[in-house]
Amino acid sequence: MKTTNIDTVVGLFVLIGILCLGYLSINLGKLEFFGGDSYQVKAYFDSVAGLKKGASVEIAGVEVGRVDGISIDPKQGARARVDLSVRKGLKLQDDVIASVRTRGLIGDRYILLKPGGSDTPIEPGGTIRETEPAVDFEELFSKYVHGQVE
Amino acid sequence: MTHVIQRLGAWTIARVADLGRMLNFLLYAVYVCVADPVRPRHIIKQISFIGAKSSFVIVLTAGFTGMVLGLQGYYTLTKFGSEGMLGVAVALSLIRELGPVLSALMVTGRAGSAITAEIGIMRISEQIDALETMALEPFKYLVSPKLIASLLALPLLCAIFDLVGIWGGYLVGVRLLGVNPGAYFGEMKNSVEWQDVYSGMIKSLSFGVIIAWVCCYKGYYTGHGAEGVSRATTGAVVLSSVLILIWDYFITSVLL
Repeated sequence: MKTTNIDTVVGLFVLIGILCLGYLSINLGKLEFFGGDSYQVKAYFDSVAGLKKGASVEIAGVEVGRVDGISIDPKQGARARVDLSVRKGLKLQDDVIASVRTRGLIGDRYILLKPGGSDTPIEPGGTIRETEPAVDFEELFSKYVHGQVE
Repeated sequence: MTHVIQRLGAWTIARVADLGRMLNFLLYAVYVCVADPVRPRHIIKQISFIGAKSSFVIVLTAGFTGMVLGLQGYYTLTKFGSEGMLGVAVALSLIRELGPVLSALMVTGRAGSAITAEIGIMRISEQIDALETMALEPFKYLVSPKLIASLLALPLLCAIFDLVGIWGGYLVGVRLLGVNPGAYFGEMKNSVEWQDVYSGMIKSLSFGVIIAWVCCYKGYYTGHGAEGVSRATTGAVVLSSVLILIWDYFITSVLL
């Protein structure tokens, strides 16, 4: 009787602990055991200043994916190559525009996708052609300060 | 004058010998764990003591830690008009830092002291010598089950601590102070990464080793009599708490 009692208590404790751990890693930590529910596309930017790996990819403010990796591609004239993983089932047209945006004035950088009107979708592993680089606030401010705005 | 220098030398040698003995103790305990597997029943009993019976005190401290984080975070963030980031502040500080450290300190105080006292009393009442006389490995019965159990129990306790703390922060931040619940959980999900949870769990695992190691060691080499056991228990709690905080700094600087 006494040992089964201990077993029940320990079993309950381990179960609750693993549930908490699971919630933390899967729901908050976004750990993916099966990578099968998304596909990859590339995009080349002139500047991705401030963008970090794991930043969200959004369409109209709805999160549809994440930034998987940021690197430099010498073949593309040293532009920044960003790998995006986008939720499966979401078709991106080949004239979709990707831009690096900022949440608020000092918020995180994220990628905003503006869907196009074309009928041909981008294949998994394909490239987004139209991109807008990150807005450099310092450059913008200095333009105003030094009066070079047209 | 020579007397003072002699005492200093003796003290230094004793401390260094102590350090070496501690490391040997850990290595031997790990060796016994691997070479001579412990009966699962012993491990379950220790998990019940170190883990399950600590969960009440963990839930209590976690709840109030989360609540005070919610309160403090709110009054700081409201100055910048970004109360929406309260969930992020609470969750990240709990998952990365406070969860592992505070749960380890609570377990040290509750279970660690009891481990030292138990092994210490077995030592002074010559029960450990009796085991050795019967050619039974005392480590197998006294140290290995506790080491494995605290290795398993600490991350689970830490996960419970994190979640309860986040809900405590929710209670104060959202229910009491009126932060938008969508912002609280939404921003939290956006900002917490797998890396954060992972580093918290690594910390917790290493704290589990520290607690079992220091507390078993102090009990195993306790001084004479009741006074020796009481000194060993105090020493165990102080040393393992200090080691947890020092180790926390170094492991954070490596993992970050």
